[in-house]
Amino acid sequence: MLDALGRPQSVLLLGGTSEIGLAIVERLVTARCTTVVLAGRDREGLAGAAAALAANGKVTVHTVDLEATDPASCAAAVQQAFEVAPTIDLVVMALGALGDQATDERDPLATAEMIEANFTGPAALLAGAAARLVEAGQGRILVLSSVAGVRVRRANYLYGSAKAGLDGYALGLAESVRGTGVAVHIVRPGFVVGRMTAGRNQAPLATTPDAVAAACLRALETGAPITWVPEHLRFVFLVLRHAPAALWRRLPG
Amino acid sequence: MSTIGRELLSGWGHTAPSAATVARPTDVAELVSLLDGGSGRGVIPRGLGRSYGDAAQLAGGTVVELGALSGAPRLDQASGRAVLPGGVSLHRVLREVVPRGWFVPVTPGTRQVTVGGAVAADVHGKNHHRDGAFGRHVTRLELATPVGLRSTGPDDDPPLFWATHGGMGLTGVVVSAEVQLLPVESAWMLVDTERAEHLDDLMAAMEEGDDRYRYSVAWVDCQARGRHLGRGVLTRGDHAPAAAVPRRRRGPLTVRAGEGLRLPVGAPSGLLNPLTVGAFNELWFRRAPKRETGRPQPYPAFFHPLDAVADWSRLYGPRGFMQYQFVVPPDRGDVVRQAVSELSARRLASFLAVLKRFGPADDGPLSFPIPGWTLALDLPVGPPGLGELLDHLDELVAGAGGRVYLAKDARLRPELLPVMYPRLAELDLVRRRVDPKGVLRSDLARRLHLGGPDGTPC
Repeated sequence: MLDALGRPQSVLLLGGTSEIGLAIVERLVTARCTTVVLAGRDREGLAGAAAALAANGKVTVHTVDLEATDPASCAAAVQQAFEVAPTIDLVVMALGALGDQATDERDPLATAEMIEANFTGPAALLAGAAARLVEAGQGRILVLSSVAGVRVRRANYLYGSAKAGLDGYALGLAESVRGTGVAVHIVRPGFVVGRMTAGRNQAPLATTPDAVAAACLRALETGAPITWVPEHLRFVFLVLRHAPAALWRRLPG
Repeated sequence: MSTIGRELLSGWGHTAPSAATVARPTDVAELVSLLDGGSGRGVIPRGLGRSYGDAAQLAGGTVVELGALSGAPRLDQASGRAVLPGGVSLHRVLREVVPRGWFVPVTPGTRQVTVGGAVAADVHGKNHHRDGAFGRHVTRLELATPVGLRSTGPDDDPPLFWATHGGMGLTGVVVSAEVQLLPVESAWMLVDTERAEHLDDLMAAMEEGDDRYRYSVAWVDCQARGRHLGRGVLTRGDHAPAAAVPRRRRGPLTVRAGEGLRLPVGAPSGLLNPLTVGAFNELWFRRAPKRETGRPQPYPAFFHPLDAVADWSRLYGPRGFMQYQFVVPPDRGDVVRQAVSELSARRLASFLAVLKRFGPADDGPLSFPIPGWTLALDLPVGPPGLGELLDHLDELVAGAGGRVYLAKDARLRPELLPVMYPRLAELDLVRRRVDPKGVLRSDLARRLHLGGPDGTPC
């Protein structure tokens, strides 16, 4: 069950080896959470993360196979997750792949795969998870979106457009579950310094996985529907969203 | 049977809502058939929803409202024994029995609780130091359990009787309770008030003088710091004899609706926040007399001042609020001091902080009151670090041999529950007997693993 401060006792992490996702789960475990389900593709990585979480002996960790680019795998993973942990309170959507824009953008298969990994698969998973939580009568869904999807840029438009789709999907999902006891939180980090962005040029107002995780727990506590990390990005993008294309094109990052 | 569709339910603090099928059985037979647990997703009764947390909700299950159990109280005028239907509010009970010279033996800070809820939470009032909790005055309970109707009393299946007092609805639905009422000559109270400039003075005054009064409670200013830390107003009193009340055309046993109610909030238009609460606390402290004795006050103003403000719980805003109430043994007043000091240092707005001394405990394994000091405060959801601070206070309370009140709780760590309530196994034993299929459960039971991790007896 969730407590009055939005702290879950059982969490499903979609993208079970995600650095941000695991930072969130670590904080949840410190707070109240005693059951964790990690779903992902990298079995070895999942096993390592599971072992680390279970090390203190207070947490039960399950792992579930998930190939986000395969809709059948998405459906099966949700079903399996709720079978091993029927009382999941919180579903964290942390799947995502940055890809390689330069090589992917003229390649139809690579382009499709980027959209599947960042949007189609996550949307399918969220549809399944939302159905379960609505039936259970209570729950939260935390979707890691990105500022890259708020206004899509030339430099990463495959990732950005997929995140834009996911962000829009999550906004609609949030409306659809009103009054059911389920709530959706959208979190839009800026450039996150970490494994996923290693070797890339850091954008202004960068953040860290741990800062994103802290903001996610705060969103669960206050019920905030949309969270920006760092917070200033809300106001920066209020302006940037409407900046003339000529200016937008020249911005760094 | 009128089964309404899904509804979103929460406690009085409006936190952690969940959706359930709400059933409103029209008679006891329907109620009993609902408890057979056909859906497999559990059932919990719900009275007037005044528990602050998640005691009267059940995500995905069935929540039974008690409208069918709301017939008139039956009072034996000579003895003061009254049979009170489980779904009737104490408001209605008082309205019927006070004009006939009787009073409920225990009333919490609101009249808007059902008799069933009063039993399930084993509510206490300002007279706990003298009269104990609600259950002490109950002579018989008629329960609807998953194994059928059961009648129980202090000498008739005492384990079931006492597990039900404080059992948070997990042992069955209270169809009716026979209660010994208190004779009164008037609907008025004679109230003594005194101000204390520091928590230590306040606690000393309570230790010294509470025994002279049937009712005693102190209101603590959790915003004051330094040499005014925990300053407060102590009000104590008893029922007024007929001769002592203001002359009335309709006699001493009546009060006009709303009479004597001084609204604790002047204009409940804005949200309560640290600024307004600070201002309110200052005003409230200053307007209390330094010392006043024998002031006549109609009973609603003395017992239920907040009932005058409809839906005051909404004043805390959409995020809702928690009420934190704990009790620690008599020699552990230091925990009260530390709690007040940490809360005031962090400037966590608490509009209501109530301090009281409890007397001897009753027999319910989950009944909250034990002898000692109890502090209750409202904490709006929002300030960063509030969760961690309360977790820290829980540790202090548990370490001192105290506990938190389940009717208020919305956030306790489940591992602390058996430390605070060491007799949990007795509740489990009773639940296995009257609810072998584990039908009765609630979000609270599931969150705190009352019984097993799924909130059913293990």
